Amino acid sequence: MKLLTLNFLTCAIKSCKSTPASFPLHPRDAELEIVEADLNILFLKNILPRLMWDELRVIGSELGLPELPSTPPTREDLVEPSTTAIAAPTSDGTRDAGEEEEEEIPTQTAKDLHRVLLETCIKEGKLVCGNCGHEYKVLEGVANFLLPGHLV
Amino acid sequence: MLPTPSTSHICFDRVYEPAEDSFLILDTLSSPSESSFLRSRFNEPSSTPPLVLEVGVGSGVVLAFAAANASAIFGRNDLLTLGTDINSFACQAASQTISTALKDQGRQGSMYLDIVNGDLASSIRPHSVDILIFNPPYVPAELPDFSRHDLFNALPEGQKTTSFDQDSYLLELSYAGGVDGMIVTDRMLDQIPQTLDLERGVAYVLLCAQNKPEEVKRRIRDWGTGWRAETVGSSGKQAGWEKLQIVRIWKTTL
Ligand SMILES: C[S@@+](CC[C@H](N)C(=O)[O-])C[C@H]1O[C@@H](n2cnc3c(N)ncnc32)[C@H](O)[C@@H]1O
Ligand SMILES: [Zn+2]
Repeated sequence: MKLLTLNFLTCAIKSCKSTPASFPLHPRDAELEIVEADLNILFLKNILPRLMWDELRVIGSELGLPELPSTPPTREDLVEPSTTAIAAPTSDGTRDAGEEEEEEIPTQTAKDLHRVLLETCIKEGKLVCGNCGHEYKVLEGVANFLLPGHLV
Repeated sequence: MLPTPSTSHICFDRVYEPAEDSFLILDTLSSPSESSFLRSRFNEPSSTPPLVLEVGVGSGVVLAFAAANASAIFGRNDLLTLGTDINSFACQAASQTISTALKDQGRQGSMYLDIVNGDLASSIRPHSVDILIFNPPYVPAELPDFSRHDLFNALPEGQKTTSFDQDSYLLELSYAGGVDGMIVTDRMLDQIPQTLDLERGVAYVLLCAQNKPEEVKRRIRDWGTGWRAETVGSSGKQAGWEKLQIVRIWKTTL
């Protein structure tokens, strides 16, 4: 399970959702693995405003990862200055990252961000709610959010 | 025609096999009218990558299709895809379907997050979903006995394969919808306003004729000002009735 996924998850218990402490879920006893993935520079640039950066830093430090900077990188921080391409729309008017990627060279900052968000995965372990303390198990990379009372 | 993702690695004894309902979703999302709606909603160059959540991924065929054909459907390939299913075997299967489809597609594909084993969208951070897709258990048939869920959601202790009872239970989860086939769908509809992004969120939910779709749409429109529900895809006309239909649910700000 990728660390970026934690940016979109919360405790499944209804009364927890409205409390700030239910986000992010805190990894515990986590066994990590690196699963390599292609770096998509357009994606990294565009996702920045959606990242809950402080929460991501908390998760990173709880997992013992190298410390993330105190403020999120900017779009400019992700691309080597000499290579910034002018985004050219394709013939059908859609934006295609493929064309930009050829020109833009990701910086070390971009590579590090890519590694944290999309390549660092929790293979086994638990995710703990900061509000109610409920532990959700992660088995073979799949987090289990089912609660006994849920289905009735 | 956009390619249909391969699901040949899956054993359909315990995971829902792609069927007419699944294909109706694929056809609807990739229809000219729907993809033009989606492009105009999400193709804004300065906007952040939309999050697509499929609830009840089953084989993963629908989410894999949306992920792999992101450029054609949404006009961008930087979107995020996330799935849930109550059946842990479906979670594993779908994950593989999506990874394979994305490998085949190269750069036209989106960013795949994960599949989580959970109930509907209950573990998803409020208002974070831009596009929600749900092909529910919609058949009017008695709900399975959930008290056995924990037992049946994993391989039996020390066994390499599932039991027959277990497989029947897991398949029941995929189709049985209780009274009017609406018990699970109604619970999903209740979650939709809190789950969708406040500005650009949109949901696609499949209904069958026995679900009383006109009544369902009316109820959604009664959620409050701006809520819209329209049929945007259908199949299997029988005596003037659509057997299956896809309802698009969204909010307009006027
Ligand atoms: C009709 S199948 C659709 C599968 C797949 N999306 C497709 O279109 O082929 C319904 C799926 O929803 C799942 N499901 C049923 N109840 C659920 C719940 N409460 N939460 C999450 N998933 C659920 C089932 O396990 C099954 O995979
Ligand atoms: Zn909680």
